[in-house]
Amino acid sequence: MARAKLLGQALAVALVAALVVLLIWKVAHGSGRTAQPENFTLPRLDRSGELELASLRGKVVVLNFWASWCIPCKQEARTFEEVSRQYRSKGVVVLGVDSKDASGDARSFMRRYGVTYPVVHDGAGDLWGSYGISFLPVTRVLDRKGKYFGESFDGGPVPAADLRQRINAALRA
Amino acid sequence: MKALVAGLAVATALGLAAPALASEQHPTLAEIEGEVMCPVCPGETLDESTAPAADRERALIRSLIAKGYSKSEIEEKLVDEYGPQILAAPPKHGFNLLAWVLPIAGVIGGALALGYLAWHWSRGRGEPEPHSVPRAGAAPDDPVDPELEQRLDDELARFDT
Repeated sequence: MARAKLLGQALAVALVAALVVLLIWKVAHGSGRTAQPENFTLPRLDRSGELELASLRGKVVVLNFWASWCIPCKQEARTFEEVSRQYRSKGVVVLGVDSKDASGDARSFMRRYGVTYPVVHDGAGDLWGSYGISFLPVTRVLDRKGKYFGESFDGGPVPAADLRQRINAALRA
Repeated sequence: MKALVAGLAVATALGLAAPALASEQHPTLAEIEGEVMCPVCPGETLDESTAPAADRERALIRSLIAKGYSKSEIEEKLVDEYGPQILAAPPKHGFNLLAWVLPIAGVIGGALALGYLAWHWSRGRGEPEPHSVPRAGAAPDDPVDPELEQRLDDELARFDT
């Protein structure tokens, strides 16, 4: 009887310890914002296949998180297309991340606003945690080494002059 | 009589199965709205949300219903688009099955543990206490120290005098 009681107590302690470890792991690794951009490979919406963020290393990347239902995203869509055309030959890639959105809606949006730069689909919003996103749109500039360059442009529409200034600074860096 | 009971059972089963089958084959937006989540509102099902993203999700469901998709096919399509967390309840297969099994196992385990404890407690109370006073005329479990017995007799004799 005493042995069974001891076993029960040991099991209870082990269960509590496991829950504490799980909690600590979740807090440490779960959905926290990472110091540098997390690499990802996501399906493309502008064409078939996938795109890995790391494959753009060596270029300045303008990472724009958007969705078709997001009103400021519509207001800034043409700015990103203009920036993409202006800087494409200078080693800058605008990369759209359509987030928490249906792919059909996203493609309609891209046709409507004449988006020609690469766009990937993160329908589940899996990147929101590591990129510290809680609303859309959010834009980050990454330098040639794939590191964040400056603070994020949260909300929108993105100030076009500030964005160009940031890109020029990243190209000079 | 047995045939009547069997007939009633079959009729009841068919009566319950028919609406479920109809719902699976020809779902309505209202049915699905309560079973899927809004993509941008934590903890809110689609029928609770007024967010623009929820409106787009509703439009997608409407278009799939219009195309003749079944309920399961619509849910599969939503999972493809928004990920598995779009479902309000986890699917009943794979690792997610644990979410269904564990609560039931917990309730059964808890009931068994409670039953065992109740049985053990009632059994323990029925047994005599190890150091209880023996009934009159019964032989004591432990022999009394002769010296103590003598002292007790002497004390009692003092009351008799």
